[in-house]
Amino acid sequence: MIDRDSPVTEDELHAHVDGELAADRQEAVAAWLASHPDAAALIFAWRAQAEAIRARYGAVAAEPVPERLKLDRLARNGRSWRGIAAAAVIAAFLVGGFVGWMARGASAAAPDSFELLTTEALTAHRLYIGEVRHPIEVGASESHLLPWLSRRVGTALRAPDLGGFDLKLLGGRLLPGINGPAALFMYESGTGERYTLFCTRLKASRTALRYNEANNFAAVHWVEGDYGYVVSGPADKFRLKSIAKAAYEQMENRPPASNRSSADQPMSRRGS
Amino acid sequence: MAGFQQSVEATIPALRRYARALTRNSDTADDLVQDTLVRALRSEHLFHGGDVRSWLYTILTNLNRNRLRSLARRPFLMPLEDNDAPDMAGPEAGQRDIERALAGLVEDQRAALLLVVLEGLTYREVAEVQGVPIGTVMSRLARARVQIKSYLDGERPALRRIK
Repeated sequence: MIDRDSPVTEDELHAHVDGELAADRQEAVAAWLASHPDAAALIFAWRAQAEAIRARYGAVAAEPVPERLKLDRLARNGRSWRGIAAAAVIAAFLVGGFVGWMARGASAAAPDSFELLTTEALTAHRLYIGEVRHPIEVGASESHLLPWLSRRVGTALRAPDLGGFDLKLLGGRLLPGINGPAALFMYESGTGERYTLFCTRLKASRTALRYNEANNFAAVHWVEGDYGYVVSGPADKFRLKSIAKAAYEQMENRPPASNRSSADQPMSRRGS
Repeated sequence: MAGFQQSVEATIPALRRYARALTRNSDTADDLVQDTLVRALRSEHLFHGGDVRSWLYTILTNLNRNRLRSLARRPFLMPLEDNDAPDMAGPEAGQRDIERALAGLVEDQRAALLLVVLEGLTYREVAEVQGVPIGTVMSRLARARVQIKSYLDGERPALRRIK
């Protein structure tokens, strides 16, 4: 039965335009539109929008696929040089802002201490990400994780929320570092990629984020307030730098620009 | 698994179209597609059946959201997103209008609208890609259409910053 006056919802109008309307409502909606010119005009406008979008972008699918997107090539090379170049440019932009900001306090520090820091962190990273059953000592769900590591390392630590990168905090462990105790937080993505954040006391002046790569792994380190931090992960420069930057910003308690939901551990502010 | 690679390969032109409309910049779009493909190839062992196409749209949509988040922390990078070519008359101008109208949308609304009208996904598929209930997809779609209409009708609100 067609009820010409049955209320038609706005959702049904969209469904009508998108071909998703239930079969038993089609006649009712059509009849309703015939007697409601305002709604019919709306439908007309939405269809015109869709047409304009298809007219503008539809032809892209008919373009020949560029070489760098050919699967054989990607399977062989991972990111092609062009992709890497593009990522490097973007990363340079992203980091550029940082370097400028950091430069106010930066001065040359002994490069050796940075090298040691990165080596230490990468060694721990390689050793523990391979662990299937015991990658961490204390799980993220245990409330004493942060107080414990903060106390041993000597500064109020935060485990940054990296959910925006599809990374979940597994937990952390305490490590013997060259300059004293070190904390290692481990994160894992839905696809099984693991990243670690390493933190230990380090006497050096502040530095901007620096990227280093070694044997399929890479690390980004920075120094802030007598502590050195290293984010390690697979050698994907753009992703790693983005992650390190997000970690850096959260550790420094700067509110993120986007209002993502934060599962951030409510740990105290960094002293200083 | 040759079938998997074939399905991925067959989706590349559609992914490029979606990425182009999403970013409105051909280089950025192809970078996104490339990252999507690399991620898909790397995660092939984690793909347990289902629709390869939806899965690829999901990866691309998430990668773009992450990209915009990191850009949003550096607002001075915004000009990269804009298409500053001068205005033209004729059909070109109409195309530019829809481009600008899309640029003014919030990312999740833009993705929902494009997946439906450009990529032809069902509401259910879009809900899966965006990881939200169908009701949320509907309201994103509705808000996108209202905003595009008011833009094209001449209200032209100031372009909002990408979230």
